[in-house]
Amino acid sequence: MSNKPYRVPTAGTGGTVGRVIDRSQMIDFQWNGRKYAGYEGDTLASALFANGIRVVGRSFKYHRPRGVLGFGSNEPNALVGVGSGNRQEPNLRATQVELHAGLTASAQNAWPSVEFDVGQVNSLASRLFPSGFYYKTFMWPQSFWKSVYEPIIRRAAGLGVAPEGPDPDTYEQFNCHCDVLVVGGGAAGLAAAEAASANGARVIIADENPQFGGISDIAGGTIGGEAQSKWIAATAASLAKSGNVHVMNRTTVVGHYHHNYVMMFERVAEHDPNLLSSGAPRHRLWKVRAKQVIIASGAIERPIPFANNDRPGVMLSTSVRAHLARYGVTPGYRGVVFTNNDDAYRTATDLLAAGVPVGRIIDVRAEPSGPLIEAAKSAGIEISAGSAICGLNAKSGGKHITSVKMAPYSTSGRVSGAEEEIACDFVAVSGGWNPVVHLHCHNGGKLDFDQKLQSFVPKPHADPVVTIGAANGTFGLGDLMTEAYAAGDKAGKAATGSKAAKAAAPKAASETEGNLEAIWFAPATGKYNEGNKHFIDYQNDVTAADLELAQREGYESVEHTKRYTTLGMATDQGKTSNIIGLGVLSGSTGKPIPEIGTTTFRPPYTPFSFGSIAGTQVGKLFHVVRRTALFDWHAEAGATWEPIGDWRRAYCYPKGEEDKHAAINREILTVRNKVGLLDASTLGKIEIKGPDAGALLDRVYTNKFSTLKPGRGRYGLMMNEMGFLFDDGVTVCLGENHYLMHTTSGGAERIVEWLEEWLQTEWTDMKVFVTAVTEQWSQYGVAGPKARALLEKLEGDVDFGADALSFMGMTEGTLAGTRVRVFRISFSGELSYEIAVPSHNGRAFWEKLLEAGEEFGVEPYGTEALHVLRAEKGFIAIGDETDGTVTPLDLGLNWAVSKKKADYLGKRALDLPHLAAENRKELVGLLTEDPNEVLPDGAYAVSEVSEKLPMDMIGQVTSTYWSPTLNRSIAMALVKQGRAKMGQKITFPVADGKVVRAEIVDPVFYDKEGERQNV
Amino acid sequence: MLVITCPVCGVEGEEADFHCGGEGHIARPATENPDGISDDAQRDYMFMRKNPKGVHFERWRCDRGCGKWFHACRDTVSMQIFGYYGITQRPPAALLKKADPLWQAHFEAAKKPSAKKAKS
Repeated sequence: MSNKPYRVPTAGTGGTVGRVIDRSQMIDFQWNGRKYAGYEGDTLASALFANGIRVVGRSFKYHRPRGVLGFGSNEPNALVGVGSGNRQEPNLRATQVELHAGLTASAQNAWPSVEFDVGQVNSLASRLFPSGFYYKTFMWPQSFWKSVYEPIIRRAAGLGVAPEGPDPDTYEQFNCHCDVLVVGGGAAGLAAAEAASANGARVIIADENPQFGGISDIAGGTIGGEAQSKWIAATAASLAKSGNVHVMNRTTVVGHYHHNYVMMFERVAEHDPNLLSSGAPRHRLWKVRAKQVIIASGAIERPIPFANNDRPGVMLSTSVRAHLARYGVTPGYRGVVFTNNDDAYRTATDLLAAGVPVGRIIDVRAEPSGPLIEAAKSAGIEISAGSAICGLNAKSGGKHITSVKMAPYSTSGRVSGAEEEIACDFVAVSGGWNPVVHLHCHNGGKLDFDQKLQSFVPKPHADPVVTIGAANGTFGLGDLMTEAYAAGDKAGKAATGSKAAKAAAPKAASETEGNLEAIWFAPATGKYNEGNKHFIDYQNDVTAADLELAQREGYESVEHTKRYTTLGMATDQGKTSNIIGLGVLSGSTGKPIPEIGTTTFRPPYTPFSFGSIAGTQVGKLFHVVRRTALFDWHAEAGATWEPIGDWRRAYCYPKGEEDKHAAINREILTVRNKVGLLDASTLGKIEIKGPDAGALLDRVYTNKFSTLKPGRGRYGLMMNEMGFLFDDGVTVCLGENHYLMHTTSGGAERIVEWLEEWLQTEWTDMKVFVTAVTEQWSQYGVAGPKARALLEKLEGDVDFGADALSFMGMTEGTLAGTRVRVFRISFSGELSYEIAVPSHNGRAFWEKLLEAGEEFGVEPYGTEALHVLRAEKGFIAIGDETDGTVTPLDLGLNWAVSKKKADYLGKRALDLPHLAAENRKELVGLLTEDPNEVLPDGAYAVSEVSEKLPMDMIGQVTSTYWSPTLNRSIAMALVKQGRAKMGQKITFPVADGKVVRAEIVDPVFYDKEGERQNV
Repeated sequence: MLVITCPVCGVEGEEADFHCGGEGHIARPATENPDGISDDAQRDYMFMRKNPKGVHFERWRCDRGCGKWFHACRDTVSMQIFGYYGITQRPPAALLKKADPLWQAHFEAAKKPSAKKAKS
């Protein structure tokens, strides 16, 4: 079938054939590694047709050869990979890919080639692949999952190949507002845009195709006495020139969300390598907020499934007609038209006019009549009314149709009587029209079933959204133009308040068409379904028999049937298949379609690129990083980083050949034996001021703060109303009614909002201000036996004497030439100070600390050393010892939970039965039997180790470290009734059958009396 | 994505500029009287919600604007927003009339002198 001239000559057709292509401009492209030529204006699909290539892919499940079925975005079969390497893009519809010089494309889901595919054996074994195949087959034994089933499913699932390497192209996003957004640039959309714009409204009109007009070029009818396409071209041009209309082609409205938030995907430069290389973005994602939305998204033709209706050469009637009219290509030499409506007669007469013979029009209706039927008759096309296709013959492994079988059809849905064979090599099929209601439904719109159309149309919408034209079930051109003008005028006036006179819609008319007859599939004659498949969903290989089987197996709800059979779940989202599927279900259940209902229409309308979703937020712009004043210093010191919220904190500072472990151990011992410096600036800092500041603290902390004297600090715990611990830190009293609260680094913003929420919504009479000052202050920990000696070397007026500034004290003053707040607090258990300086002096002060500490062997330490130091002391860390279900009592922090205070957040919850229960998990320390064994973080303790799962879980490790101070491993864990189990050993089954035993001990491993911090 | 107008600072923004704080008008028993709160009352306060299919009163916060909390009246089905009012205020009569019957019952009960004072 290759190299035959499928390009129809223009001569003798009156210029109606091949209107979009420029036959003087040849373009070379590659398909499956071979070179071909097409014309400027071609799509990949039309260029392949012109080269006689009808098989463009293999089907998902059975690997059957597939050709083009539709055109534009409704195409379910012809999914191709375009480009190569880092520009490879999978699953593009060949009917939408515009041909350009150097285009390379290839078929998908085929190995070794699309012409000869090994997976086709699936088709022979199709009895083994019924609906719910995965659920029924990949069940037992469990051990097969990892090694057998999962690899099979992974290989079979998914279409196409991902690109290799980073995307070299750029993408961008636009946000904009408009008065009226018109979706679709067909006759209805353009008319509505014109009427809206006449009111001075700012209008956006977007169409997914390169040219405006929808299917007006092949729909017949006249506007203002001229062919539709003339009015389309003139109107699109005048709108583009007007100052208030933004006219966008190659732009698909992919999603429509609440309050008229609309997402549009614009293919800016994909089709034009020159534009792309000039720096234009490949794609652009538009986020539009429209006051009014007019949906003129048209309708999609649906096929009539018949036996083996997926053979290449079976196409939608409009697809055949559009390919002929636009690109001058025909899918074959002799066609047959199969229809239940008048429109398909246009395809037959157009084919004949272009010199392509039409073997027959097969119409399921008993007595079709009307001008279109008459036109076909007078052109000499033979019509078989009351008949249906009941089978199809093909050769070359199903790749080449040779004839169709036809038999009398009655309204009861039976095909019976004498078969007739009609020679042909392609079939144009039309089963009616489905309004494109997707966008109306994305935004929560509901649907009505239209008996005349046998399809769904939109109900009125709660948002200012209106659907017009074919998308609303309005097909007659005269009615359509009147409706569109009225909708455009109304939307324009509603958005702008304009009082302009209503412009009259131009007069439009089209041939009258008779009603269609509902038919959801044409059964095969002979033994039911013997070797015959009626494909409903081409992309997911769902057949009528699959749907009926699902019904018999009890999947009554359409939502269940959809998931069981995968009907409509492919990348085309059931554009051509959903309504037919419902029709088949209606037939097999005996329920009318409206009772069966539809499945959910989900965005996006068509797939769009990840590149456009990322936009410019890639590389350095991917994520905002918060930096402390020392960020550069840490980097220069060779720090490795730990992300904490949006912050980057220094994790440790390896020196020379040192690995991380060695660095961490060195840093810890420096703090224990000499003095270490920590950048603690990320710690949350909140100033709380006002007459009720103390009362607020009493309400949000579990312990009492209003009694705190100026210059003193206290460690506090915060619970939520459920009694669960969620933040901690030291709050100091700066002066009368003035406090500084410290929170965890991750909690800083959350806690400010938390305090604000209670003040604004519950304790509304409290007089207190809450101010976040985290970034105003750089804060440095100076910890270790030499900490005081180091600080006393700095010039200033701060007295670091043990009595002048005792443990948990604070003072303000001047040090090394800068204002400081000094807190004598310790998270390491050592003699320790935290010095806060205004952030702009942060780095200078830090360098002075290093300089002063040189003689004591000072070194910076990172967050990991910080954690080991605190774990050695049994100090909890929010997020390690807590997980949102842990109370202060679970952690043994009863001393910090007030019994006396009348009310504070979470107090009442602690008395609820499940929190006061006896068998809760409690915080304990763990010492492994083998001191060199460090338990894995999160390891589960079990009451008894057994061969078989499940085991009885009694606790989990919350913090686990190698302690260089103690020269052994240490861990903390939450264990059921752990405090009563002191001295007992518990077991942790870890990876690969290994079991670690550990003794339950007090969680304070080092300096239990706290002498080191009190010197 | 909803469009929301902050009634405090007047800014109009996207849903993502705001934060929804769930159902409004939930009285915290402990604020009024911390003693003698039954387990059931505490459970209801923490977990029981009206969750109507229809017009609802919610708390929202102007996250990227003034940071203030306010009430919004929103239809949970159609997503329409009918109005806003202060965080310490009761719903205006016109909004209450639109609201789900559960809400009318809520404020009816609050009016009765025998009933516990409902937070507004």
